[in-house]
Amino acid sequence: MICQECNQRPATLHFTKIVNGEKTEIHLCEQCAHEKGEMFMFPHQGAFSINNLIAGLLNMDASLKEPKAPSFHNEHILQCEHCKMTYAQFVKVGRFGCASCYETFRTYLPPIFRKLHGGHVAHEGKIPKRVGGTLYVRKQIGQLKQMLQELIAKEQFEKAAEVRDQIRELETKLNAEGGA
Amino acid sequence: MNEYVFFQRALSPWMNEEGPDSDIVLSSRIRLARNMKQYSFPTVFTNEEAMQIIQSFEQLFSQRRLGHIGPFFLLKMNELQSIEKRVLVEKHLISPHLAEDCTFGACLLSEQEEASIMINEEDHIRIQCLFAGFQLKEALKMANALDDWIEQHVDYAFDEKYGYLTSCPTNVGTGLRASVMMHLPGLVLTQQINQVIPAINQLGLVVRGTYGEGSEALGNIFQISNQITLGKSEEDIVEDLTGVVRQLIEQERMAREALVKTSNIQLEDRVYRSYGVLTNSRIIGSKEAAQCLSDVRLGIDLGYITNVPKTILTELMILTQPGFLQKYAGGALRPQERDVRRASLIRERLYQWK
Ligand SMILES: [Zn+2]
Ligand SMILES: [Zn+2]
Repeated sequence: MICQECNQRPATLHFTKIVNGEKTEIHLCEQCAHEKGEMFMFPHQGAFSINNLIAGLLNMDASLKEPKAPSFHNEHILQCEHCKMTYAQFVKVGRFGCASCYETFRTYLPPIFRKLHGGHVAHEGKIPKRVGGTLYVRKQIGQLKQMLQELIAKEQFEKAAEVRDQIRELETKLNAEGGA
Repeated sequence: MNEYVFFQRALSPWMNEEGPDSDIVLSSRIRLARNMKQYSFPTVFTNEEAMQIIQSFEQLFSQRRLGHIGPFFLLKMNELQSIEKRVLVEKHLISPHLAEDCTFGACLLSEQEEASIMINEEDHIRIQCLFAGFQLKEALKMANALDDWIEQHVDYAFDEKYGYLTSCPTNVGTGLRASVMMHLPGLVLTQQINQVIPAINQLGLVVRGTYGEGSEALGNIFQISNQITLGKSEEDIVEDLTGVVRQLIEQERMAREALVKTSNIQLEDRVYRSYGVLTNSRIIGSKEAAQCLSDVRLGIDLGYITNVPKTILTELMILTQPGFLQKYAGGALRPQERDVRRASLIRERLYQWK
């Protein structure tokens, strides 16, 4: 399919325009879609929705937009430090830029995932052996540190010293594994 | 073995094996999406990042093996001709996206073509394992083995809450896409397919034609896959899909039985007419070829035709795609020329078993 704007490049993006319940299909190449981007970025104004992309879902459903940031300026504040992707860009392209994006946009993700994954918001499957290994140790250290605080508060210093040694042992182990 | 055989043979060696329920399930596929922690995802990464990723894989696989699986061959997209890339797509070994849009894309391919690892596609790594017939669990086992081995050598992007982090939010969690390719002529002929597809969709599974555009399924070949990747374990995803596929197999078998009982001679007539078209036509389009191949394959499964091997459907469906036709012709072909080539290629192939 050829882009209907430039009639040259192949159309890779497919949009559906809905006006008064009437559907119109629009097929554009990446470049032309980019040039027309303004129009597609404000679906509530132009009544555009992106069909084949997740962005369609994100755009169509008002509840998935940044809840407390209705204005354009606020959307730009939320930006991934590592890859520089903004939340507005994420909504537009429907793709994360890097692993850190998940951290940066964390508070907005549950409703999106719920919608895409049949109500699920947390991983239940495989844990990689190496990364999972340190994950397990880090969880243990967290629990022990909490215990340590409680023991100190109760002035049980002998037991606290034991727990502190355990924490040190685990931390050494963690560092030996590369600190990941 | 030389790499060029990947572009020569239409049937991957694994396709010659007869898997369980292979009268209906043509193949089973598992795909795992993985990313490395330190690099941006392929949609936004820099050229340097892309090259570093390829380099790290070149080193990893210098022994030509990944753990106990191999040997593997590394094919870089920018070193392949466009017809060669197209052939790999037609064999389902790489995606159209990798072939067409990924300048720094590459693919690690096992000798038997049952394992393929796409590098720098939408995610840094996409592990794919293909098995003949209905063998999703076996495919998952192999994909897991490759995944475990790679994970010993690279730092995956993994989150305690969200699991494996992927470029697209539809893949997050397990990064797992399990799918089966099914030949369902019985359900199509009895028109039950129109009720079956919406029912499967309601279960959170996706049905689409393997060949052809949009909702049409050329050759009555359908692909059924999971949609949800988050919140379910790999085993549960495969188990859920397996349950639905089992039911579909039963329904297809019942439809075939009913057709034989109620219209045996009409069915036999249809099968032999299609065989006649394939063995005699001089010009044939991809749609008609696919329909006739589906009829002939059904005829083999029902015992009307005994001289042609079952693999004919899969093999000729792949062999008569534009990429392969042009590969054999040694250059670009116009659509009408393709139809002539397609007809002669099918005739030649079927002549072997006359
Ligand atoms: Zn254009
Ligand atoms: Zn990012």
